[in-house]
Amino acid sequence: MTYVMIFISAVLVNNIVLSQFLGICPFLGVSKKISTALGMGMAVMFVMTIASIATWLVYYKLLVPHGLEFMITVVFILVIAALVQMVEIIIKKVSPSLYQALGIFLPLITTNCAVLGVAILAIQKEYSLANSVCFAIANAAGFTLAIVLFAGIRERISSTAYNLPKAVRGTPIILIAAALLSLAFMGFSGIGK
Amino acid sequence: MTLKNSWNNLTRGIIRENPVFVMMLGMCPTLGVTTSMQNGLGMGLATLFVLMMSNIFISLVKSLIPNMVRIPCYIVMIASFVTIINLLMEAYLPALHEQLGIYIPLIVVNCIILGRAEAFASKNNVWQSLMDALGMGLGFTLALTLLGATREILGSGSLLGISLFGENAYPILLFIMPPGAFLALAGLIMVFNKMVGANK
Repeated sequence: MTYVMIFISAVLVNNIVLSQFLGICPFLGVSKKISTALGMGMAVMFVMTIASIATWLVYYKLLVPHGLEFMITVVFILVIAALVQMVEIIIKKVSPSLYQALGIFLPLITTNCAVLGVAILAIQKEYSLANSVCFAIANAAGFTLAIVLFAGIRERISSTAYNLPKAVRGTPIILIAAALLSLAFMGFSGIGK
Repeated sequence: MTLKNSWNNLTRGIIRENPVFVMMLGMCPTLGVTTSMQNGLGMGLATLFVLMMSNIFISLVKSLIPNMVRIPCYIVMIASFVTIINLLMEAYLPALHEQLGIYIPLIVVNCIILGRAEAFASKNNVWQSLMDALGMGLGFTLALTLLGATREILGSGSLLGISLFGENAYPILLFIMPPGAFLALAGLIMVFNKMVGANK
């Protein structure tokens, strides 16, 4: 039951992108096409899940026994950076087409605050290992859902770009679309308190 | 010449390459913490501190760091300064620390800081790097303060906690909720583009 609650809460009610504002950079940057958005979502899911296991183990098996909890930021970002590097090498080997599609955005997962944010939040909420993995998968699913939906909207926007008023062309219309999507997700608030 | 360069580096971040309005960097704290002007200002100044320290120290040690491992080195240095400001704020500004929450440790993944380290501090001397950090940091602080003020006035009808429109006013609550962050930023960027004339 806990897992179901964590899942619903992270995907719909407290969506990581649309209500917590983590991972906004890839959300705005890699959402021009549905296919790349999906690839980015998958990459984030992969990294986030592994990162949550690694950071949980490092925190409870290494930092806590030695009284080094204040080093959490420094240690976590290093663990995540190393993991991303590894994932990059693996994807390059296994799926060159995906590697080509994600291009420069894979290294950017290091500075994707969603990954570090979820790792720190899982520690702050004092989740067990199983709960933090579930939390990470749910948040990554929420991220993927948001970015794919948003990419769909943006594909429509770009096909009608010339009908838009001059003032909203470019960034403003993208932010307005994100606002509407976020407004739609507010409809879920209150589910499963 | 140097003076002109310094001035150039200082002002570039504030208007021409404003990290938020023009470059669209550091969006997570920009949208996440700006429910009030005070939060926006606090977040902006915390980021300014980290940006200045990291730019100064990275430009000092740039020749000592091997090119292959420069990014991990930068990240460790940035993370150390973030830890410092995190502990300082927890000790001296506990209320603000509580409000900003998760976004303080997340300064470490703010793209502006690593971006300036890589694009500027690793190639320029200490003084110019400091100027660059000051400009970018002030530009970021300015954007966050403006956005925070806009959202606070519209969303809670107050500014810095002081009520503006009396008892009977109905503030537009939406603006302190998540969708309001996107909407307010869209509005500010439109105004900014109009004023700077970037919208050809």
